[in-house]
Amino acid sequence: MRIRTLIDVPPKARPGELITIRATISHPMETGYRRDSGGTLLARDIIRTFSCRFGDKTFFRSDLFPAVSANPYLSFHYRAQVSGELTFIWSGDRGFEHRERVALIVE
Amino acid sequence: MIVARLALRPLLWGLATRRLLLALALALVPLLLLSGHTLAQASGQPPTPGFSTHSAQRTQPQVLQSPVDRRRSGFSFMSPATQALQQDDAQNPAMLWVGDGLRAWREPAGRGGNRCADCHGNPNTSMRGVAARYPAWDAALARPVSLAHRINLCRERHQQAPARAADHEELLGLEAMIALRSRGLPIEPVTDPRLQPAREQGQALFSTRIGQIALSCADCHERHAGARLGGSPIPEGHPTAYPIFRLQWQSLGSLTRRLQGCFTGVRADSPEPFGEIMSALQVFLRDRAAGMPHEGPGVRP
Repeated sequence: MRIRTLIDVPPKARPGELITIRATISHPMETGYRRDSGGTLLARDIIRTFSCRFGDKTFFRSDLFPAVSANPYLSFHYRAQVSGELTFIWSGDRGFEHRERVALIVE
Repeated sequence: MIVARLALRPLLWGLATRRLLLALALALVPLLLLSGHTLAQASGQPPTPGFSTHSAQRTQPQVLQSPVDRRRSGFSFMSPATQALQQDDAQNPAMLWVGDGLRAWREPAGRGGNRCADCHGNPNTSMRGVAARYPAWDAALARPVSLAHRINLCRERHQQAPARAADHEELLGLEAMIALRSRGLPIEPVTDPRLQPAREQGQALFSTRIGQIALSCADCHERHAGARLGGSPIPEGHPTAYPIFRLQWQSLGSLTRRLQGCFTGVRADSPEPFGEIMSALQVFLRDRAAGMPHEGPGVRP
């Protein structure tokens, strides 16, 4: 299935402002503990880590676990100093990796 | 079973009559305020806002002071955390499907290669209020169809594309995108006379006991609305927020899927997703919720 994301970054920030960034990604977060109607164990398929970078520098990182619900939502902060590019990286089981880039405008 | 149906009918009639009276009373409020205002001015007294000496006010003061619609959306039964999830589009997981719906709207489909946008243009204008008035009449089938069914019919007739199964991701995407264009608008009552037989059929189904557990919709969603079933509140069953992202499903789903859940819950066979029974029930439920604001795409526990 196609991967969809919802990323909420303020359109503009003042230098030194603490901004709230929110990100949701579509993902089933299959726990690995459930069985299908035939009784077969469904293999675990979760996002293991999420990180957010400003330029090359990772400023937020989080581990995710089977107890996290589908379509995980994360909210975190960043102190904006200069304009640049934010990179959102989700990676997990079965070689899952998804990146999104969002411009951050500071003025 | 028949006894139960007979016993429930007056209950439903009572509800309909009460709603009618309430609507009448609401319509009278501005009139009364206006007359009070002019009376006060004529007698040289300063007008008192919201107060009038009209006799109707003495007989029904509670209606004038707080014209309350006693119906409650499922939203009001939810925890503040779940309510916040619905109200913030950056958190509402249903918005993931809305983006998909917009993409499907603009992409050619089927042998015809037509896009939804070719006929319907900009959804912001052409789809405004649409979700608030479905199910609607389909001339070719000569019966009412749900919004998802209509999208499927459009696929078959105008795009020469195969119909999608109920709750297919693409249908849900389009339905969610269209539902968003009716957010906050009141759900329209059934006024099309052609829908009347379906509405009556739906009303009868609503109070008919079914399944091994022998419960009717009304048993839970009218008699015991507000009570709890297995720790969860029983809502009044107003379909105001469909398609919903249901936390229990961990996915977006239609009113059809939700109704199927209730059919399974009382151990009855589920009717066909796009069939006559399902659409009749939906016509009645939408009419029952007429006037309540459309919240879709919403979140439910």
